[in-house]
Amino acid sequence: MTGRVQRLTAVTRPKIEFLFDGQPLSGQQGDTILTAILSNRGALRAAEFGPEQRAGFCLMGACQDCWVWREEGARLRACSTQLHAGLRLRSKAPDGWLS
Amino acid sequence: MTEALSTGVLIVGAGPAGIRAAQTCVAAGLHPIVVDEASQAGGQIYRRPASTASRSAKDRYGSEAGKALALHKCFDQMVSHGQVTHLSQSSVTAIAHQSAQVLTQDGIKVIGYENLILCTGAGDRLLPVPGWQSAGVFSLGAMQIALKTQEIALGRRLVLAGTGPLLTLVAAQLIRAGSEVAAVLDTALMRQQVKGAWAMARTRPIVTLRGAYLRAILGRRYQAGVRNLQITTNEAGPTQIGWQDHRGQDRRTACDGVGLGWHLMADTQLADLAGANFCWSPEWSQWLPASDPAGRLGNGVYLAGDGLRILGADAAECAGQIAATACLEDMGRACNPRKRVHRRYARMQRFASGLAQAFQVPQELISQLPSDTVICRCEGVELGDIQAAARRVGPEINRVKSQCRIGMGRCQGRYCQFAAGRILAEMGQVGPAKIGRLRAQPPLRPLPVSAALQSESVKDPQ
Repeated sequence: MTGRVQRLTAVTRPKIEFLFDGQPLSGQQGDTILTAILSNRGALRAAEFGPEQRAGFCLMGACQDCWVWREEGARLRACSTQLHAGLRLRSKAPDGWLS
Repeated sequence: MTEALSTGVLIVGAGPAGIRAAQTCVAAGLHPIVVDEASQAGGQIYRRPASTASRSAKDRYGSEAGKALALHKCFDQMVSHGQVTHLSQSSVTAIAHQSAQVLTQDGIKVIGYENLILCTGAGDRLLPVPGWQSAGVFSLGAMQIALKTQEIALGRRLVLAGTGPLLTLVAAQLIRAGSEVAAVLDTALMRQQVKGAWAMARTRPIVTLRGAYLRAILGRRYQAGVRNLQITTNEAGPTQIGWQDHRGQDRRTACDGVGLGWHLMADTQLADLAGANFCWSPEWSQWLPASDPAGRLGNGVYLAGDGLRILGADAAECAGQIAATACLEDMGRACNPRKRVHRRYARMQRFASGLAQAFQVPQELISQLPSDTVICRCEGVELGDIQAAARRVGPEINRVKSQCRIGMGRCQGRYCQFAAGRILAEMGQVGPAKIGRLRAQPPLRPLPVSAALQSESVKDPQ
């Protein structure tokens, strides 16, 4: 699947490159991590308690549905974290880490 | 290291209520600390865009652009003049003994306070819909935040469902911004809405007309009295939503994104930790903190805005001033209570009562759910699990929670408690007040272990 979200302005802003699950992707300056990933993908991660995918739910930092991980291990809320160049993100906690 | 701060007045939330509360304190010569989760003040309704935004304030906030800009300017000036301390992107995770534990960008801070003004606002009130656990289903609030701050639509062909003023507003905003909205499915009956609109129009005719105008933008996409919502999904997300129209006809609408919301629910978890008593409000179908008319809880704690009563942004501006004025009076500082603000606030309350009447949530929406419907999105707890637990321990929500984990997930019950209460009330054949209330448990936001360990190392053993 291509991106889930649709950009509603024609203005294109400077590209920002990042990695998600080892794949190089690009977002735009001003994007949150959620916007950037969902411009390229249909979901952020797999649900832990069911077969479905998750892509965030409330976008205001309350539901904790949009978790992604840095390769270094830190967990981020994709809806409220700004994208910056060179981020290396994962849809799962690094092996051996508590999620 | 945990940094300790202290203040005469701690304000939580920098939306319309929090900003006006801060302004009132500053005018009396105080220097409040304001903690807010967003990067910039404004709250949810007047949330500010990324710095790279290209749409105008008028596009973003519509008829409310003037109010939004005035609030932003008011707060930014207080910050730039050094009159308030603004802790942005920070969450209060716990309150005890006149101090608040705050998770900031630089770790945990503990803020001691003499007075606490909680302006925590409200969030979407959700009902479960079969399939809503899938990627691509969002809250209505999320749809609006995505549009305002990121200028994106959370799907290429959207269906919005639920009820309340936000449903019509978000749909109209998305259509204006160029998004494809296939259907707007309102579960409130049209005749109920007409009754409520009458009360609304008597108190705030212009706002009511503006609502009717927004509704007209939706045209034939809008359907009232909808029942039996079901989201069909594949691996990627929603493919269509099934629904029954007000005549009982089964209909289907193809979509790849769904926004859900049944009006709003007050965010009362901090008030709970601060010791509020709660009363069941039949009008709002939720547990609300009991305060005096100015928002006093007692012991130096005050509530204002949608976190106290869902009265909307204009009322929140009034409530922020009223609560801060009450706080100043209790501190022995002379201030002039403004009658005009109180009159305006009373009018907003009458308007909101009309709104609550117009957008009621019918019990059928719960009764007709299949037993494998996911009620808790966080942990996949199904309707059948809740019913089985209630048969074992009786229809009391905290006992049922301990049996099947409903309300125990990482959203802390925000999005399941409304439905869970109704499910238990129906099973027990009792009123919702008898079901009990999910108690707030700190930490209110997930705390990274690293931050907690830092704090542990300097904790006073006393």
